[in-house]
Parts: sequence; structure tokens; C-alpha cells
Amino acid sequence: MWKRYGKRYSNMALITCRDASFAYEGNTVVEGLNFTVESGDYLCIIGENGSGKSTIIKGLLRLKTPQTGSIVAGDGLKPSEIGYLPQQTVVQKDFPASAYEVVLSGRLGARGILPFYSRADKAIAEENIRRLDIVDLRNKCYRELSGGQQQRVLLARALCATKKLLLLDEPVAGLDPLVTQELYRLIEDINRQMGITIIMVSHDVRTAVKYASHILHLKNTQAFFGRTEDYVSSGVGISFLNCGCADGRHAE
Amino acid sequence: MINALVEMFSYAFIVRAVIVGLLVSLCAALLGVSLVLKRYSMIGDGLSHVGFGTLAVATALNIAPLSISIPATVLAAFLLLRISENSKIKGDAAIALISTGALAIGIMVISFTTGMNTDVYSYMFGSILAMSTSDVTLSVALAVVVLVLFIFFYNKLFGVIFDENFAKATGVKTFLYNMLIAILTAITIVLGMRMIGALLISSLILFPALTSMRICKKFKSVTICAACVSLASFFIGIVVSYSYATPAGASVVIVNIAAFALFWLINSLKRRT
Ligand SMILES: Nc1ncnc2c1ncn2[C@@H]1O[C@H](COP(=O)(O)OP(=O)(O)OP(=O)(O)O)[C@@H](O)[C@H]1O
Ligand SMILES: [Mg+2]
Repeated sequence: MWKRYGKRYSNMALITCRDASFAYEGNTVVEGLNFTVESGDYLCIIGENGSGKSTIIKGLLRLKTPQTGSIVAGDGLKPSEIGYLPQQTVVQKDFPASAYEVVLSGRLGARGILPFYSRADKAIAEENIRRLDIVDLRNKCYRELSGGQQQRVLLARALCATKKLLLLDEPVAGLDPLVTQELYRLIEDINRQMGITIIMVSHDVRTAVKYASHILHLKNTQAFFGRTEDYVSSGVGISFLNCGCADGRHAE
Repeated sequence: MINALVEMFSYAFIVRAVIVGLLVSLCAALLGVSLVLKRYSMIGDGLSHVGFGTLAVATALNIAPLSISIPATVLAAFLLLRISENSKIKGDAAIALISTGALAIGIMVISFTTGMNTDVYSYMFGSILAMSTSDVTLSVALAVVVLVLFIFFYNKLFGVIFDENFAKATGVKTFLYNMLIAILTAITIVLGMRMIGALLISSLILFPALTSMRICKKFKSVTICAACVSLASFFIGIVVSYSYATPAGASVVIVNIAAFALFWLINSLKRRT
């Protein structure tokens, strides 16, 4: 069901970010971004609160245009092949939507102009519902789920939309430790076995270093970008890892 | 009761009005769910003012009202969306600006030309006598178009309303579907205005959605329930209007209010047990 996308040999990276900066109402919040993401990479974006991680994710999704510089998609990457888990989804009070309806809506992009979901779309939704263990939530009202349950529903939706690239903005926020570990393993599988490129924002540096192939460390500018091996021996990396958490605060 | 109904439906103009009314109620209810959930409730109200203004101008110029009113209202809907999407003026302020502006122009045109005649009066408060046969044909055709488009893009509309950023990021043409909602709403409002009246038409859009949201928890069930509530309310309202010689628009809205109260009651009883 998932199409395999191995490393393709083209001289164009999946995403190339050149001298990009982002601003809100004229105030630059993050600048000096120069990095590339190749097909099959697993990139972790880390940095303190407010360092511009979510802003970059929005830039990569074309929800926000860079103030300067450019972000170029290569390898024929189309928006309809991207899955996305937002950091916050503000859904208004008493919005009527069942978990199943939300998960299935992940398939909309892939449908294009075609009106109804196909049997294949529904099968993909079912598979992801099983994967995230939300079978018994499927007919519940999304608004009435707990924070962690909502997060899992949104993850299932993101997986439904993913064909080449999966962007996750703090996917484990609000999940219990068991589910967190399972989720990291699931993401690793998605990356290794299906060849889907992962870009993940995380505050958990140790796990980031364990799973990711590349690290992008932000301090409102690009403090580090490169392979994980190089990060752990770099100055920024060492001070961060010793401190124990990506926010630069000490772990309780 | 049966006799009264038979008698009522022996009048051709009532049959026409009921057919158009049921179709418009259905369109209004379906779109209403999207508008309420998208926090666009005010657009319905704003567009009805624009519709009134343009109908007044059309009457003054002696042109078939729908042929001016529908394009103008669709244009207003387009402008409203553009403004509320990417400018510093807030959405609700933009709606107030455009709608009161159109209303003022309409009133000026009326006072310079015909004055407050029965035509103008019927646009404000609605009249089932106002429908000519050609109006009916056009109304039915447009209502069917609205329904078909809604059903076709139902899933997309859900995606765009539930989480616009996600939809946009994953390749759904959100602007297109926002436009679709606005255009379909504009058409529905102009069609419904002749019968229900400019002052009341937006309640036809809002009430069924709000009513069914008291009880239903899924998008699909809310949509279906709103459609049923709206159809039933219109039918009961029009029968009441005929039987007691009350204004059609107001009767339909009153039945809608009763339905809302009933659903609210059921929900609060259900919560208590
Ligand atoms: N909509 C907005 N309008 C104005 N400023 C914003 C907006 N969103 C973010 N910012 C600013 O941009 C900066 C970067 O925000 P961003 O959300 O990218 O941080 P982040 O790295 O994701 O932080 P966190 O770890 O808390 O999620 C912050 O200083 C924030 O104040
Ligand atoms: Mg963030």
C-alpha cells in the first residue's frame, strides 16, 4: 500500500533551503538557514522555545513564505505527498467530528479534485487507526478525547497523508512514556522500511540523537546543521547533551 | 387537517413556493453547517444586506432581479473572503462595511425611484406571492447546482473547515473551497430572500446547524440532521403560515426556533441522566 521511495539518484535534494529567514510583521525570528534534506533522511530540529522551529516547519509546508532566501523542493515533491502533524491544532469547542472522520481527512490531498474517498483511502485510514491503537476511539467525538488521544488521532491523519515526507512538530507532546517509545519506533520503521523522509521537531535531544540521521539546531539562527555523528562531537552538541534537555533548562 | 393540506396544495403558487422553499432550506442548512463551524456566521447576514441592496437597484432599473442580484452578491462574497483573509481589517468589520454600504446604496436608490413599494417590502420581509414561474425555474436549477456541488465537495469542505492549515499543507486547494462556500452561500441567500425576506434569511442558514449540533457529534450526522430539521421546519412553517395567515418567513423562522429549543431540551435532559 505504501509506495517505496528509495534513495533516488538525482542531483536535486528533496528540500534545499538557501539563506532563508522568516519574519512575523517585519520582525525576523529566524535567519541564516542553509540546509538540505535528501530523500530518506531523518532530520531532527532542536532548539529552545521560541527559537523558530515551528516557523521553519510552516516554511517547509509553504504555509509561510520566507522573508529572504528560498526553499526549493526537489525530487518532484508535491504537497499532496506530505504528511503533517501540527504542534497545536486549535479546534473550536463542540466541533462535531468523529476520530474516524479526522483520520480519513488525511487522504484529501491525495484525492485531488476527485470528490469521494476510494476504498483504498479507507483501507489506509483503517491501517493507521490500527497502527496508532485508536480502534476503540474511532466513533468518538474528537473534541471529547484526551490530549494524548487527540495527538494519536492527528498522527494517524498525518500518516494517511504521507507518501514521501512526514513533518512532525513535537509529536510526543502529551503522550505517555509507553506510547512515546512506541511512537519513536513507529517513526523509525516508517523512515527505514518505507523510505519516507522524516523532519521532526523535538525537545528530547537524547532520543533525537539516537534516531535521527541529521540534526538542525536553532538559536534564532542556524547554530548547527549536519550529520548526527558530527553533532554529538560538536561544541553546541556537547553542551546541549550534557545539559540534558534541548531547552537549555535542567531536567527535573 | 388533511383537507386543509389538500386545499393548500391546490394553489399552483403555493406548490411553486413550497418546492423552491424546500430546496433553498436544504441548501441553507447544508451550507450553514460549514459557515457556523468556520465562524463565518456573519457572512450570511452581511450577504443578505448586499442581496437586498442589489435587488432594490434591480427593481429600480426594472431588470429581472436575480440576474443582477446573484452576480453582485457572489462578488461581495468573494471580496469579503479576500478582505478577511489577507488584510488588516478584521473579518467582522469588513462584513459590516460591505453590508451596510450595500444597504445604504439600496435605500438611496429606492428613495430616488420607486419609493417603499410592495416589491421592496417583499424583499425585506419575504412573500411567497413574489415568485414568478421563471423565478421558480431559475431557483430550482440553481438550488440543484448548489446541492450537487455541496455533495461533491462535502469531504473537502470538512477538511478545510476542520483544519485549514493541514489541508493547505497537504495539497488541498483551500482558497478554492473557501470560495465555493462563499459563492454557494451567496446564491442560496439571494434565492431564499424573496420568500423568507432579507431580514430573516440568515436565520435559515444558522438555526438548523446550531440545532443539530445540540445532539449530533459527527460532522456527517450534523449535516444530515441539519438538512432534515430545515426541511421539516420549512414545511411546518409554511403550513402554519397558510392556516393562520401569518408571514411565511417569520413562521418558518419561529418553527426553527422551536426546533432549536426542543433539541436543546433533549440534550440537557440526556446530560442529566
Ligand atoms: N503568529 C505569530 N505572530 C508573531 N510572532 C510569532 C508568531 N508565531 C511565532 N512567533 C514568534 O516567532 C518566534 C519563533 O516561534 P516558533 O513558534 O517558531 O518557536 P518554536 O521554536 O516552535 O518554539 P516552541 O518550542 O515553543 O514550540 C517566537 O519568538 C514567537 O514569538
Ligand atoms: Mg513550536
